[in-house]
Amino acid sequence: MAECLAEGKQPEILFWVGCAGSFDDRAKKITKAIAKILNKANVSFAILGSEESCTGDPAKRAGNEFLFQMMAMQNIAVLNGYEVKKIVTGCPHCFNTLKNEYPQLGGNYEVVHHTQLIQSLLNDGRLKIEGGEFKGKKITFHDPCYLGRGNGEYEAPRMLIEKLEAELVEMKRCKKNGLCCGAGGAQMFKEAEKGNKEVNIERTEDALETQPQLIATGCPFCNTMMTDGVKHFEKEHVVAVKDIAELIAEAEDL
Amino acid sequence: MASMVSQIAFLALLVVAGFFIYRRYQFVKSNILLGRPNGPTDRKQERLRNMILIAFGQKKMFDRPFAALLHLVLYAGFIIINIELIEIIVDGVAGTHRAFAGMGAFYIFLINAFEILAALVIVACVIFFTRRNVAKLRRFHLAEMKSWPKTDANLILITEVILMTAFLVMNAADSIVAQRTSGHTPDFIVSQWLQPVCQSLSTSNLEMLSHFTWWLHIVGILAFIVYLSYSKHLHILLAFPTTYFSKLEDPGRINNMTAVTNEVRLMMDPSAQVEPVEIGRFGAKDVSDLTQHQLLSAYSCTECGRCTSECPANQTGKLLSPRKVMMDIRDRMEEIGDAKAKNNGVWEEDGKSLLGNYISEEEVWACTTCNACTNACPININPMEVLVDLRRYLIMEESKSPESITSMFNNMENNGAPWAMSANDRGNWTNE
Repeated sequence: MAECLAEGKQPEILFWVGCAGSFDDRAKKITKAIAKILNKANVSFAILGSEESCTGDPAKRAGNEFLFQMMAMQNIAVLNGYEVKKIVTGCPHCFNTLKNEYPQLGGNYEVVHHTQLIQSLLNDGRLKIEGGEFKGKKITFHDPCYLGRGNGEYEAPRMLIEKLEAELVEMKRCKKNGLCCGAGGAQMFKEAEKGNKEVNIERTEDALETQPQLIATGCPFCNTMMTDGVKHFEKEHVVAVKDIAELIAEAEDL
Repeated sequence: MASMVSQIAFLALLVVAGFFIYRRYQFVKSNILLGRPNGPTDRKQERLRNMILIAFGQKKMFDRPFAALLHLVLYAGFIIINIELIEIIVDGVAGTHRAFAGMGAFYIFLINAFEILAALVIVACVIFFTRRNVAKLRRFHLAEMKSWPKTDANLILITEVILMTAFLVMNAADSIVAQRTSGHTPDFIVSQWLQPVCQSLSTSNLEMLSHFTWWLHIVGILAFIVYLSYSKHLHILLAFPTTYFSKLEDPGRINNMTAVTNEVRLMMDPSAQVEPVEIGRFGAKDVSDLTQHQLLSAYSCTECGRCTSECPANQTGKLLSPRKVMMDIRDRMEEIGDAKAKNNGVWEEDGKSLLGNYISEEEVWACTTCNACTNACPININPMEVLVDLRRYLIMEESKSPESITSMFNNMENNGAPWAMSANDRGNWTNE
């Protein structure tokens, strides 16, 4: 973003990469897929790079409102400094926080999740996709809580799967009744409480019941949880776990 | 003379029931007022719409159609059959019998409609009773559903069956008496099938039976209304304000605490102008730290357990049950209310609190904030935000968190990320 400013350019959209997308090796692949798609569609975008911080989501949901608001206000100062108008995120948690919790603190932006942006690029004819290698494949979609139940977006990711000419198979619990992967509310960063099962195992069972060739999701944390779940059942050679952005990038050979 | 006595008895009964209801109303109200005031309630039209659709229209109930249909029968029965209550009160006060019978065909139509509903109510109650006690649905048999909550649920079903049976027997007895004395009277649609059972009785016994069931019906209804105010069945009334005040924003949004905003603003810019707010305690330790709407929600909970049955933590054997959270809030309010009542309305700290004595930290930390509980609640109760409030107290007042969460906070403060990674490496993926 700093480079754009130096060159006097205002990019069309800011790509908010997120912590997982920046640091987690698996999630970085999702980040790259999103960047490739944006490039393919000739969307001018920028990232904040070292000026980006965690949105504060896990702190807020773990009860540390002070830390959350400190992170939020620092981020807002940076975003407002660059006069950012529109943001695309690679993570539903960043998406929810920027979209719903920043406005009251002075951060007002048009915020979209990457599946929503890709959908609109398709609708506007800026991007075209064909089924490619996913044509006819059985794909099930795991709804991230903060994209689906939290913000009511169930259709964008599903429409993209259909565009790939894949066979979308729904789990018994899906859309607003979808089961959490177990990572939200800062659970990603701690051990689970005592129980008789891990949440991600329960959810992976739902997914495997549909006998998919691929489990798609739209969240780096869900991705980790489902990948671990698939490994637990020793199915990693049969069932892949991928982000919708990766599917599109791979189908288009990007 | 006999009529005078029963008229006076009836009036006395009304007064006694009214007294108990009023006393209970005051008690519940003062318990709810223990909470912090709700924020401003704007967007009144949307709230009204929610209330009409969700409380009156039972929209969210229909996510599970079978239960919804049976519930609708009970609800319609409750509302519509109680129109009959008007006649009962007129009869009771004026000493008449079936004061509205003069309306002729319309009256017959009404009674027939009531009878059909009464029969449906009995059927629904029997199915619900079986489902709850024989079918062993998991959510009806969790730890928090032992003792009173279990009795409470069964009691209402049994009471409904008795009330409806009394109403039908009364109609059957009346019909036979009318036939014997005046020679013709229309049979009512359901109670005619009860007539053969009653035919062997003499006319005077039938009149007694009719009187008895009339009294049983009205005493039952009044007792029921008083009992309702002490039980989970308060939802019949409180579902309305609970849905009216429920959150209108996207469910993913959790409120920003204004008191914290002020402090952070002042920290970043000491000359910042902030609107003063009463700080009190950060987060919630006891019921008085929750909002009045949250406390009202606890009184509105019917303990149906849809929240718990959808909760990922509960389904995987964790201690957390969102339903129990709401029940704990109510039980704690009742405890405080009772103690105040015994102490001339003055509250003295009892060394207990919602967090700790009712809800454990283990429960608080098991939540994934996935919003499934709130989504599942037929009247928009939000246990998740209560859990976040309890976490806020633990973190901001007591600095108590699981070790790994503490290091996550440290990482966020020092590196701007929940992991110990340097901000300078954020852009590395562009070159990899």
